[in-house]
Amino acid sequence: MADPKPALESLPLKAHAAGLNFHYGDFQALKNIDMPIYDKRVTALIGPSGCGKSTFLRCFNRMHDLYPGNRYEGEIRLHPDNVNLLDRAVDPIEVRMRLSMVFQKPNPFPKSIFENVAYGLRVRGINQRAVLEEKVEEALRSAALWNEAKDRLHEQAFNLSGGQQQRMCIARALATEPEILLFDEPTSALDPIATASIEELIAELKEKVTILIVTHNMQQAARVSDFTAYMYIGELIEYGWTDDIFIKPKHEQTEAYITGRFG
Amino acid sequence: MSGTAVSTLDQAMSPAESRLSHRASRHIKEKIIESVLFLAALVSVFTTLGIVYILVSESVVFFSHVPLWDFLTDKQWTPLFDDAHFGIMVLLSGTLVSSGVALLVAIPLGTVIAVFLSEFAGPRLREIVKPMLELLSGVPTIVYGYFALLFVTPLLQRFMPELPGFNLLSAGLVMGIMIIPTVSSIAEDAMRAVPMNLREGSYAMGATRLQTALKVVVPAAFSGIMAAYILGISRAVGETMILAVAAGMQPNLTWNPLEPAATITAFIVQVALGDLPHGSVGYQTIFAAGLTLMLMTLVFNILGYWLRKKYREQY
Repeated sequence: MADPKPALESLPLKAHAAGLNFHYGDFQALKNIDMPIYDKRVTALIGPSGCGKSTFLRCFNRMHDLYPGNRYEGEIRLHPDNVNLLDRAVDPIEVRMRLSMVFQKPNPFPKSIFENVAYGLRVRGINQRAVLEEKVEEALRSAALWNEAKDRLHEQAFNLSGGQQQRMCIARALATEPEILLFDEPTSALDPIATASIEELIAELKEKVTILIVTHNMQQAARVSDFTAYMYIGELIEYGWTDDIFIKPKHEQTEAYITGRFG
Repeated sequence: MSGTAVSTLDQAMSPAESRLSHRASRHIKEKIIESVLFLAALVSVFTTLGIVYILVSESVVFFSHVPLWDFLTDKQWTPLFDDAHFGIMVLLSGTLVSSGVALLVAIPLGTVIAVFLSEFAGPRLREIVKPMLELLSGVPTIVYGYFALLFVTPLLQRFMPELPGFNLLSAGLVMGIMIIPTVSSIAEDAMRAVPMNLREGSYAMGATRLQTALKVVVPAAFSGIMAAYILGISRAVGETMILAVAAGMQPNLTWNPLEPAATITAFIVQVALGDLPHGSVGYQTIFAAGLTLMLMTLVFNILGYWLRKKYREQY
């Protein structure tokens, strides 16, 4: 906390949202969001249920394209290419090739651990055994699951515990070497010990990859993130260094939410 | 405010007997409902037991005249001749060949339709296509029988001039069409029951719809899809009218779908409609044939149960 914080202008950007509006049919879920996402930093999105934090996260990898009636306006630019991820001309599959997501509930596929982690690679047409083995091991090591999983790679992924399943899902997301890792409340279905191990992992992963995490757990946001964004009913109320947000928030509402008086 | 609430509660509750009798009457009501439901369940159990009892007891008489070994190995089926032979393989071959043809049609087509409806079709298209498909299974089988005999067979004869008027192929093909909705509907339900978060996980990895459907949804719904296949097999094995009408009724030990043959079911129809004296061995053959049929379906159901248990969805 005492470390001097670098000036924001000096930090490299990985992405930024500008004038982002999002509509579920007639309902506007995000209102004019502008937000930077700094490279190799953890940005936490917090706010009460229905504030649009998950909706915002799911704009990044175009998950909303899977359902009819959704509409984006504005842009999310990915740096350094400066491409607008929300552009209709941009193929959502291309976007998802570069940004990976970890979901609220572990969602292992009905396959072996190995095949789960290799899934993204196979989808990209990589089928050489040696390459897959190398990448799977690397991803499992990064997800701190290698030691537990190395002797049971060909067992069904369902046999893992909940926390292990979630770490396997993180390995799956890492195997394709994404530029941004999106976490949608990754520990809400896990016990405290598994949660701690995932948080530790996030702290390690930010060396390699930019992370965006939605969480309803204030302590978690404080523990794992460099930046925090507080959202409320589709609007970005406050954004800043996590320390600043938690110690001296500028908005009264942010303070009320963080201290548990609201939300 | 809270005081009045407590006092009204007291009034309602105070006479202990009325409280007790209230409970007792609710108890009786629940008992009655319970027994009605239990009786309803018993009806189906007793029907099944009754069928098994009759099949087994009549078959015991049959097998006291005909050794089981002959029944299983004899290559002729002539129960109504003076020189009677009872080789069930003859009828079984007809059943297996026609069912095989039907499944070659129904399983691939039914699966493809199910994948399409569950993973590709929009809700509006699905709402139109699904009832139309299910209409197919509502067509009376006798209509399918004549469709096979008077439309499909002549059509096939254009390409295969030597194809006899009665044959297992056209009966099997039409039977397959009839079974498609059974397979596709149950398989589709199984695929749609796969939770969205599994699909989202796959899409989020950059997978296309087809990759998601084939690599994630189908394996996740595997046990349900197997159940659809097993039900399709059971329907094919038990199908009667199409075969009686379009496949001919002469017993013929053959594995060639281009030949006419009788199936177990077609034989039962034939005999049941004939004027065989009650209690004769010829009459009892239908129970032995029926028992064989039931055992076959039982085996398929056990197989289905086992597959469902082995590959049960664990999302």
